[in-house]
Amino acid sequence: MANILAVDDSASMRQMVAFTLKGEGHQVTEAADGQVALDLAKGQKFDLILTDVNMPRMDGITLAKELRGLTNFKFTPILILTTEAGMDKKQEGKAVGATGWIVKPFNPEQLLATIKKVVG
Amino acid sequence: MTFVEESLEGLDIMESVLLELQPGVTDADAIDTIFRAAHSIKGGSATFGFENIATFTHVAETLLDQIRNGQRPVTQHAIDLFLHSVDCLRNMLSASQGGTVADQARIDEVKKELDQLLDSEVEADIKSTADAPADIVSGSWQIHFKPYPDMLRSGNDVVRMFRELNELGELEATTDASTLPALADLDPEEAYLAWDLTLRGEISRAQVDEIFEWVEDECDLSIEPLRKPVAVPHDPEKPTAAPAAEDRREGNDRRGGADRRKTPTGGSGGESSSIRVGIDKVDDIINMVGELVITQSMLSQLGEDFDMSRVERLRDGLSELERNTRELQESVMRIRMLPISFAFNRFPRMVRDMCQKLDKKIELKLSGEQTELDKTVMEKIGDPLVHLVRNSLDHGIESPEQRRAAGKNEIGTVHLNAYHQGGNIVIEINDDGAGLNKERILSKAVERGLVEEGETPPDDEIYELIFQPGFSTAEQVSDISGRGVGMDVVKRNVSALGGRIEIVSTPGEGTTITIRLPLTLAILDGQLIQVGKEIFITPLINIIESLQVDKNRVNSLAGQAELYQLRDEYIPIIRLHEVFDIESENTSLEDGLLMVVEGNGQKAALLVDDLLAQQQVVIKSLESNFKRVEGLSGVTILGDGAVALIIDISGLISLSQSRLRTATDTAA
Repeated sequence: MANILAVDDSASMRQMVAFTLKGEGHQVTEAADGQVALDLAKGQKFDLILTDVNMPRMDGITLAKELRGLTNFKFTPILILTTEAGMDKKQEGKAVGATGWIVKPFNPEQLLATIKKVVG
Repeated sequence: MTFVEESLEGLDIMESVLLELQPGVTDADAIDTIFRAAHSIKGGSATFGFENIATFTHVAETLLDQIRNGQRPVTQHAIDLFLHSVDCLRNMLSASQGGTVADQARIDEVKKELDQLLDSEVEADIKSTADAPADIVSGSWQIHFKPYPDMLRSGNDVVRMFRELNELGELEATTDASTLPALADLDPEEAYLAWDLTLRGEISRAQVDEIFEWVEDECDLSIEPLRKPVAVPHDPEKPTAAPAAEDRREGNDRRGGADRRKTPTGGSGGESSSIRVGIDKVDDIINMVGELVITQSMLSQLGEDFDMSRVERLRDGLSELERNTRELQESVMRIRMLPISFAFNRFPRMVRDMCQKLDKKIELKLSGEQTELDKTVMEKIGDPLVHLVRNSLDHGIESPEQRRAAGKNEIGTVHLNAYHQGGNIVIEINDDGAGLNKERILSKAVERGLVEEGETPPDDEIYELIFQPGFSTAEQVSDISGRGVGMDVVKRNVSALGGRIEIVSTPGEGTTITIRLPLTLAILDGQLIQVGKEIFITPLINIIESLQVDKNRVNSLAGQAELYQLRDEYIPIIRLHEVFDIESENTSLEDGLLMVVEGNGQKAALLVDDLLAQQQVVIKSLESNFKRVEGLSGVTILGDGAVALIIDISGLISLSQSRLRTATDTAA
């Protein structure tokens, strides 16, 4: 099963994501902002990054951009968690190399269906 | 929380916000709320495989989005249409639960209207309009897909996408390697190949689009129907009921891991209904259990080393225990309690629709919506309430012209009120309409032989007549009411809940209907009565009065019937010891006590040996523990462990009447 990095400044959001993914047998590492995530990513390999957009210290767009710069993460799927209003964020994410997006709010089933497109 | 429950809640929200929308005013917050509700219903239904619901919601959502973006004004027509859509969605949701059948004709009709509205005055974005018909097409697809060289750098993987496609249907791929450079010039991180894909099956365009969603601007992509699609996209007359259903099944099977399928089945098997409980109520219970545990440990400590000097503490402990138990009981009962607003919420919509239909102006006032009652009671009282409110709207409130002529405000008022009184909840339905027409009820009653010609019963008895089966005084039968079915059913339902219904009406000023119901069906306020050595329980709500027998007032009729003259009424006497075949020392009326009870509109005087305490009893079902017994509604366990039977008053009255008939028949 996949090793997934979940990045969100909302603890409840991280919890929901982690709980859902762990239930499917994935390994989940949580990070509270982009900076923490980037530091973690430099130390180990992940099969998928799920990241929120608006976060303190480093936002999700910058994180995606930085990750694509790392050899280990050149082709790693990066999914942006965005609100439906944020069409421009989707484009912005794509521009810096994000793989796709999940529109918030989403339920566990939607999350699983979406990540199935990029892992496994 | 299943998807269906969540969606029904979403629909309730949509409905209540829609009702507040004013034509011509784009209230951004309100529209946003409606949009969000529609959006999550669409998302959820697509996730759980309800394609028909998703497709339907999609059109409504597109319209809402246009309104939200200010591209489309809020019109009365649009509001009406959205309200109809809410109805259709409710219908589809409940059909998906099994049991009912979706009214496909109605759904198609509303969908057509939505499509028409969407097509009309379109300055809207073309994409979403184009999406809508595309969505309903199911079939096979011919896809040409050529990734741009950079596509792989975004982490999208062609192999995974093909695997997804393959799960939708039967996939054939032809690779076009003509653009592949010589090995020396090849950059392994770039994409060079192109594919022609044939995807066979009953697959919707949306499903295919979804797979290419993330790469649509990173590749050359064309998606064309392979053969003539099952449904003609621009003919909204026949929007694909069958294919959509089929699609949904296949979608489930193909995509479905076991976990995916579990959720919809769990939802549709929804026999075991769930209840949402406020966290404060749960906290209360946990708190109470905590105290109970403390009291228990205090008592057991006391018991370990007990002597008479500590009897005072024992007594304190026991009274503490009693208090804890009672509070715990109350808190647990509160779990089943819901505010009556759940039942009231449907009325604003109903009043609005009926005003349009009847061409009347009516204002609905609600008060006491936070009054709580048992969930089961609420479910059973919903339909009777609807019926009563309909009656008020249709028969009670006059037309604006009539109201003006009578010197009244042309806007009628219907007031729904609820409050607690003792162990009961009281629900009042009050209208300021014309009041019941006594003369017409009376002449109708005479016509039906319910009242003798020339007789004039007191007002309340005349009003009672409208609860007779098949009794309607409506001059014209409308499609709303007047068929004369209903009031008797209302009365029966209320009685079945152990409640009572009363009517007060003043000609020209209006009618008030009062329903009194027990707060819960699990606990009953009972009067303990003794017959012989047995103890029975009579629901307090049925008891009118108790009195010492005055022999002069007892009249024997031919056969064995005995009547007791109470003021100006003759009430049949029922000897409980005879009905239940109990040996009792008091068999003569002279020493007896009579308890006058009323059930289902009939009065009876029960001969009992003694009246004991009044107390709350917990009802246990006789049916599930033993079998149904006529004249009894259940059993309970008393403080000393004895089992006491709870008397079903209306059952008892009809039981004793049929016995009497048999006795008379045999005698004759």
